[in-house]
Amino acid sequence: MAMAALRREGRRFAPLISPRPITAVRSSPLYPTLEDEGPLGLRHISTQVVRNRMKSVKNIQKITKAMKMVAASKLRAIQTKTENSRGLWQPFTALLGDLPSADVKKNVVVTISSDKGLCGGINSTSVKISKGLHKLNSATGPEKETKYVILGEKAKAQLVRDSKKDIELIITELQKNPLNYTQVSVLADEILKNVEYDALRIVFNKFQSVVSFVPTVSTVLSPEIVEREAESGGKLGDLDSYEVEGGETKGEILQNLAEFQFSCTMFNAVLENACSEQGARMSAMDSSSRNAGDMLDRLTLTYNRTRQASITTELIEIISGASALEG
Amino acid sequence: MLRRASMLLACRSILAARARPFSTDLPAAPSADATFTEAWTKVIPNMDPPKTPLSFMQPRPPTPSSIPSKLTVNFVLPYASELATKEVDMVIVPATTGQMGVLPGHVATIAELKPGVLSVHEGSEMTKYFVSSGFVFIHANSFADIIAVEAVPLDRLDVNLVQKGLAEFTSKLSSATTDLEKAEAQIGIDVHSALNSALTG
Repeated sequence: MAMAALRREGRRFAPLISPRPITAVRSSPLYPTLEDEGPLGLRHISTQVVRNRMKSVKNIQKITKAMKMVAASKLRAIQTKTENSRGLWQPFTALLGDLPSADVKKNVVVTISSDKGLCGGINSTSVKISKGLHKLNSATGPEKETKYVILGEKAKAQLVRDSKKDIELIITELQKNPLNYTQVSVLADEILKNVEYDALRIVFNKFQSVVSFVPTVSTVLSPEIVEREAESGGKLGDLDSYEVEGGETKGEILQNLAEFQFSCTMFNAVLENACSEQGARMSAMDSSSRNAGDMLDRLTLTYNRTRQASITTELIEIISGASALEG
Repeated sequence: MLRRASMLLACRSILAARARPFSTDLPAAPSADATFTEAWTKVIPNMDPPKTPLSFMQPRPPTPSSIPSKLTVNFVLPYASELATKEVDMVIVPATTGQMGVLPGHVATIAELKPGVLSVHEGSEMTKYFVSSGFVFIHANSFADIIAVEAVPLDRLDVNLVQKGLAEFTSKLSSATTDLEKAEAQIGIDVHSALNSALTG
């Protein structure tokens, strides 16, 4: 029965055990070496392969655990900033409303993504939503055009592949310095200067909680479209009732307002996306370390089985050798 | 801010009781969102439509028939919400056309701000901030939204640094060559002279 069990074990570890006749010379089971063709036909069962695997998996587990800690601390730092900036876009939505379905000719989709990877699926979601918006706008009519402004390497990699001609501007390395309003307003200024737009749609992942990120689209309309919507009534109908103080013309104030709205919504969007990125990275690294732990457990079992099988084989050889001598 | 929002929810009888301010509440005007979601589901049926800011905002109360006694002020900066739905008697904002006093029942206005002093009057106390620039929206329902790029309480300002800055920018203006440099120096002078008058006046 033991022989049958051993034969079963032997078949399972066929690649490790070389089928050689039993010889007198063998290495001690305490120091198993790589499977080797010794000059006298030595047979060693190699645990080296499994041990190497275990070492690398353990290292990976340590690295992913460390990355999770780093992401958690970065998240804590940026989360307070994000929550403080949430009040910034609300007055604009209260005044100008939210018109994602406004019918405009020149759409610009500003996709916000991360520069670094290993953060789960948030960048793919943003890119899918941006492509969806592109499709939505093109479906409404032939003269509608949609251009992309890309923030972050990951969206660039995905969008350059099939929408290269639609990309207006690519901005990377946003988070080299800590995010602040001055930087974002300069960025917003660049975008407004270089891109003609009727409506800007900012696509980002809003941070609900450490495990939940909601893809969101914020729409900023150009002053001409705002005037048009105000005249046609509906959502912005009571915009005309607002007195405009200062400036030469109402148009000038609306222009400043649109630019300010864009920079404020961009600031909030960039912060929310950074928070989502860190949160997603935390959960990705957490599941990765858990997987590594599981893999390590399974490898340990395999290692022990191999080791015990080799010990048993040695013993059987000795015993059968001894019984052959006697009998 | 969540705590303030929930306090506000408790005392607002107009709004129905809602649990979390940032949950996907019913939007104030579902029509725009509905058209967007419909159009989206028609063209892209496999993906959920993205959320829009309207679903993350508490709707504002409609214009009451009589003038309310208090003005509700939201004073926000990029880094903080200084005042969030605070009920005050009056605010004086430094609009480009001069200091503008805002009382409850003020006509709906959009005004751009210039560097100057913003003062909030609540009962007998008055808080003063120096505001660099921004916008103020006054709504018909006696809500005032002040969005400033930078605002500091007056006691945090250093007179000497203000004087130094003013001198520096004046010299920059005289030595400026391009229009851009002239504009930047002029802005510096405007802000510093406003700071000066805020501290002295």
